[in-house]
Amino acid sequence: MSNKVKFVIDGKECQSDEGKYLVEAAKDNGVYIPTLCNYEGLKPKGSCRICTVKINGRLATACTSPVHEGMKIENYTAELNEVRKEIIELLFVSGNHFCPACEKSGNCELQALGYRYEMMAPRFPFAFPIREVDASYPRIIKEQNRCILCKRCMRGIKDEDGKSYFAYKNRGKDSLVVADRKLMSAMSPDKAKEAMEICPVGSILVREKGWDEPIGTRKYDNAPIGSEIENK
Amino acid sequence: MKTTVNKIIKKYKNDRYRLMDILLDIQEELGYIPEDLNQMIADELSISKVELDETISFYHFLTQKPLGEYTVYLNNSVTAGMMFREDVKKTFEEQSGVLFGNVSSDGLIGLFDTSCIGMSDQEPAAIINNVMFTNLTPFRVKEIVADMKEGKPVEEMHKQNFGGGKNSSDLIQAVVKNNIRRKGPVLWDPYEPGEGLRKSITMEPGDVIEEIKNSHLRGRGGAGFPTGLKWEFCNKSREKERYIFCNADEGEPGTFKDRVILTEMPKMVFEGMAIAGYAVGAKSGVVYIRYEYLYLRKYLENTLSELRKAKLLGRNIAGKNGFDFDIRIQYGAGAYICGEESALLESAEGKRGEPRDRPPFPVEKGFKGKPTIINNVETLAKVVKIIKKGSTWFTNLGTQESAGTKLLSISGDCRFPGVYEIEWGHSIYDILEMVGATDVQAVQVGGPSGILINPNQLPRKLGYEDLGTGGSLIIFHESRNLIREVVMNFTEFFIEESCGSCSTCRNTPFILKQKLEKILDGHGVVQDIDDLVEWSKNLKFSRCGLGHTAGNPIITSIQNFRHLYEKLVQRDRDYDTGFNLAESVKESCEASNRSTVV
Repeated sequence: MSNKVKFVIDGKECQSDEGKYLVEAAKDNGVYIPTLCNYEGLKPKGSCRICTVKINGRLATACTSPVHEGMKIENYTAELNEVRKEIIELLFVSGNHFCPACEKSGNCELQALGYRYEMMAPRFPFAFPIREVDASYPRIIKEQNRCILCKRCMRGIKDEDGKSYFAYKNRGKDSLVVADRKLMSAMSPDKAKEAMEICPVGSILVREKGWDEPIGTRKYDNAPIGSEIENK
Repeated sequence: MKTTVNKIIKKYKNDRYRLMDILLDIQEELGYIPEDLNQMIADELSISKVELDETISFYHFLTQKPLGEYTVYLNNSVTAGMMFREDVKKTFEEQSGVLFGNVSSDGLIGLFDTSCIGMSDQEPAAIINNVMFTNLTPFRVKEIVADMKEGKPVEEMHKQNFGGGKNSSDLIQAVVKNNIRRKGPVLWDPYEPGEGLRKSITMEPGDVIEEIKNSHLRGRGGAGFPTGLKWEFCNKSREKERYIFCNADEGEPGTFKDRVILTEMPKMVFEGMAIAGYAVGAKSGVVYIRYEYLYLRKYLENTLSELRKAKLLGRNIAGKNGFDFDIRIQYGAGAYICGEESALLESAEGKRGEPRDRPPFPVEKGFKGKPTIINNVETLAKVVKIIKKGSTWFTNLGTQESAGTKLLSISGDCRFPGVYEIEWGHSIYDILEMVGATDVQAVQVGGPSGILINPNQLPRKLGYEDLGTGGSLIIFHESRNLIREVVMNFTEFFIEESCGSCSTCRNTPFILKQKLEKILDGHGVVQDIDDLVEWSKNLKFSRCGLGHTAGNPIITSIQNFRHLYEKLVQRDRDYDTGFNLAESVKESCEASNRSTVV
């Protein structure tokens, strides 16, 4: 089954298993392609668009594209990096993200990408949407100001029958990720922790849990996101 | 209510995949989907309640609360605006005493906006309790609202004759007009139901695919993918269970030709599906049709029955042993994005109409994960004629790269709006002469997702060599305010219709709209025009065609009408926040009887 294939990312010869998703295949070769909605072990959804690369000249998301023999991939280019930075900015201005006051600060992937792509001030105007902090569940708090609608919780947090704890509501710019009241009322502490961990930002928080890691020891305190792949 | 809902769910065997039908049936029965039954419905379908809410809240026409005994959906597309929609809207509000977006306090009348309903050649138009009303004027609105207050059934409110052709048949009875202005050589070639099918079964299935490939027929919905190739890809799949879908979700504003085809020649469309079924060995077909065309349902269902009786659908079709194929009709519930083929499949599976990641393509993994061919209404109708008369006959029409004919939907400022079947290769200039349009300032080719061209570009030709299009042409007279009336309307359309899945398409159009407002309000500077172009670029990173093209109204209007933008921006300054302090606090100043010092 695992046929090895060769492909090229920004001139670098790479090798991986045929059909593996490009984000993972690149990782095997020490190449970092930024991701946000992708999560190891979950079926990719391609919703944040940050991992967009050019495969044989065409735009495609690396998290959903399987690698094949001879693919030529552009990843670290001025054009792609600029749009990635734009996407990060879009996510910042479309919500209400106040990093210093956020429990996930230092462990937040959106914040880490902001640093990695050297976002100073976003080019877009802030939307300042009015969003609620939904603290009506026994185990978790759903902080809608920080949700980036990546669908990781929707895809990853399910009960034993495969029912989703989280889902989208509405459409377009009014979309929200909301939680199921019935399932939430029976959510176990472990499931709640899993939900918080699967969230790339600080939108799903376990109740009564605040800052417990000192600054300096958090995930992205000492090296930019992605360097764990590049310096392997 | 509970029993009714339970009965409906049982009718669909608690099948989660039939959620659209379940929800539409509940709404038809009760007028809305009572929210307190959501948990019960979810439990019956073995999904969580939020998964159900997710689907309901996605579709424009699904509602969780009563929207009035009479629910008015007034189209807000650009052509409606050009035909004095504002006056109609105002009259509705004045007469019913309720503002758009609301239901009157007595629960009698609800007024709502809706995206293009496929009536651009007879605007302003509205759907009231699933009955189509066209060519509305303030006078007519007064009569309609008076009828509502008397409790008259909507079917009895019409004062016009029913429209021509099948529109006045017993099963439709709609005032909708076909406005067939030009009968072309393909769709109006004399037709005998079964003529294509009977010929196809004398051929090997592979030869049918070959014939379609040789005809160079390309998808008539707008994307222009070679039809024969699509069939061949599907046929190559190892999976034997396959599906044929007809995409009748035409939602591109300014497009209405599929409505005319489905009204006048539905048998040809269904026959095209059966031919596709024969070619790739599919046993079932689904027509995914937009909710706006609900008034055609009885007629289309009856047409399917007639075809079954004539042995052109069902088992052993046309006497061919083992050739089984049948079709069912799947209604949507109001979402432009469902015209995108993978979103269409998601919707047909009872989910939100969010496009899928590709690969895999629907021909490999489509409906319920099985290989699926999705073809446009017009494409399928043409298949019948190609099989009947041969691919050479077809390629002799049109141009080198664009074989055959195209059905155009023409609206806007011209004397004869309607549908025209023409051979590919005509210039836009020819088209304007054909439809009686003069003093043209601009033409929108291909709807909002297409391009806005200027008078210098009128020699450009319709065809895949230059302007490949699904056939929507909207004409704007020189008196129109292109940015305010057209570009703004289209941009709002894309904001309304984004599914919200991609970060780019969910957020960028709204930001562009704010920028556009800044320019229209007189606060713009030259940099704002450049920002509009630059900021639109991330839309190309979206998953689907809607996202890719959501910036087109702005990008192509700046490309071709930059002078209009330049006229609006301030030349004497290069920076303006767009924020006017005095204006922003005016109301509170008045209330407190104080003035500002700025």
